[in-house]
Amino acid sequence: MRKSMVVVEGSYAVAHAVKVCKPNVISAYPITPQTHIVEDLSQFAADGEMNCEYMNVESEFSAISALIGASATGARTYTSTTSQGLALMHEALFNASGMRLPIVMTVVNRALSAPINIWNDQQDSISQRDTGWIQLYAEDVQESADMVPQLFKLSEDPDVLLPSMACMDGFILSHVYEPVILLEQGLTDEYLPPYSPEFMLDPKNPMSFGAFADPSTYTEFRYKQEKAMGEALKKIEEIANEFKDIYGRYYGGLIEGYALDDAEIVIMAMGSVIGTIKDTIDELRHDGESVGLLKVRSFRPFPADAIRAALKNAKVIVTLDKNISIGKNEGALCTEVKACLHNTDTRVPVIGFMLGHGGRDIPMSTIKKIINKAKLVEKGIFVESEFADLREDLA
Amino acid sequence: MKEIRIHGRGGQGSVTAAELLAVAAFEDGKYSQAFPAFGVERRGAPVTAFVRLNDKPIRLRSQIYEPDYVIVQDATLVDVVNVAAGAKPEGFILINTEKSPSSFILNTKAPVKTLDATKLAMDIIGKPIVNTILAGAFAGVSGLINPESIKNAVMERFPGKVGEKNAAAIQAAYDLMEEQR
Repeated sequence: MRKSMVVVEGSYAVAHAVKVCKPNVISAYPITPQTHIVEDLSQFAADGEMNCEYMNVESEFSAISALIGASATGARTYTSTTSQGLALMHEALFNASGMRLPIVMTVVNRALSAPINIWNDQQDSISQRDTGWIQLYAEDVQESADMVPQLFKLSEDPDVLLPSMACMDGFILSHVYEPVILLEQGLTDEYLPPYSPEFMLDPKNPMSFGAFADPSTYTEFRYKQEKAMGEALKKIEEIANEFKDIYGRYYGGLIEGYALDDAEIVIMAMGSVIGTIKDTIDELRHDGESVGLLKVRSFRPFPADAIRAALKNAKVIVTLDKNISIGKNEGALCTEVKACLHNTDTRVPVIGFMLGHGGRDIPMSTIKKIINKAKLVEKGIFVESEFADLREDLA
Repeated sequence: MKEIRIHGRGGQGSVTAAELLAVAAFEDGKYSQAFPAFGVERRGAPVTAFVRLNDKPIRLRSQIYEPDYVIVQDATLVDVVNVAAGAKPEGFILINTEKSPSSFILNTKAPVKTLDATKLAMDIIGKPIVNTILAGAFAGVSGLINPESIKNAVMERFPGKVGEKNAAAIQAAYDLMEEQR
């Protein structure tokens, strides 16, 4: 495996993955820290390495709007953005999912203004939770790249037809140089068939997308989107396994456990912090502590059944969130996990920690501090949810 | 695992130095990771970049607080940034300066190694760009990376004359600093 690896920047690995997926139309607007992905893609297009219409536009709202049009004509479409750019797309994100257009977008996760901050957290994609887009979160560069063909395959599945976000942590993954296997064209052609939708905009066969639905039919559009998410839930594991068969790599489908089976304290998290948690768990396990990890790869659809099954032996559940629902004093993963356990027999404490906002670093010492707090739960010292890395001098 | 922290100023190529070390170490058979701690990018502002080297794949994503090695591209940073913070005594702090190691009073048990990389850069490359030279010097003092791998990485990144001059400068820095290992 080492032999086929090269050390490249995370953004380049993702851009290369997009290239081998042979998109017909790319439209994007550069914004830190997504910039390198679209620079590399526009270079590929300019050099003729990609047979693709690369549309330069004046904003993210235009980028997503252009892709909605292009996707409706049956084109395979890709974009990438972050933070304010994703927020600007918000209105059109509902259009893309409501029209059932399988657009794939890499979200290079970054904090939202104000105050202005260009660094990583996951508030941007979490804030788009209810737009009807599939959301997967990547742990490392390889997974960020491999998600691109996986998500095209998933989104374009006739039973799914939903747009999707491949979420990768800004700077931490987009700007890191590490060994990766650049996706092979031959394997990708084998894995990902061309997109051939049943319905598309065609002058010879005129039809409308998303035009109008009155109260007599609107509800059923939403119902069918939810049903499609249910199909995606079944297929994420399937496409991950097919990916494994062809490329030999696997990250878990919906979730992935690490030192999980006998773990009394289970940490749940999403994204690049997973690697740091795994190293921390190795140390703590070496010291005889019963700690495990449940990586949540798919946030939408939310794999409630899989999570319930994975948590059945847990004594304390700890969620980590790089976001906050202000006014609820907890992050989105925390809320979801609590909710999915509520109508079950699993009556164990769930404690939530918010951390890593606006690029605040997450060293192993922060994870250890959190685990120490989780240990206090058994002594009855219980915090529902709190910031894990507040600066006492500023708080 | 070995961890390196690089201090420089915006425009001095600290991130490129980190990248070159990661590419070279991987060619040597190690796993590697290089990443910047971006500030608000502007020329002249202090910049930090990090490198990790290990025998197995690297999962840890946090910044580096207790580096085995520190590389300082610009000696004026010593007055601005605590370059010695957390430095391990078994490693070293490599500073680009015309001064001797003893002229730096740093709060650390890590030994200071110095090299006039700017002069070497002017003599060989013709420009005061020291990042590749310090990568070569690091390889010389640490013995962790094959200088040929760094030269290959530079030649790949900067093909032609620029790469050749840098490769020559890397070898010169390596030879000078190997004695200080």
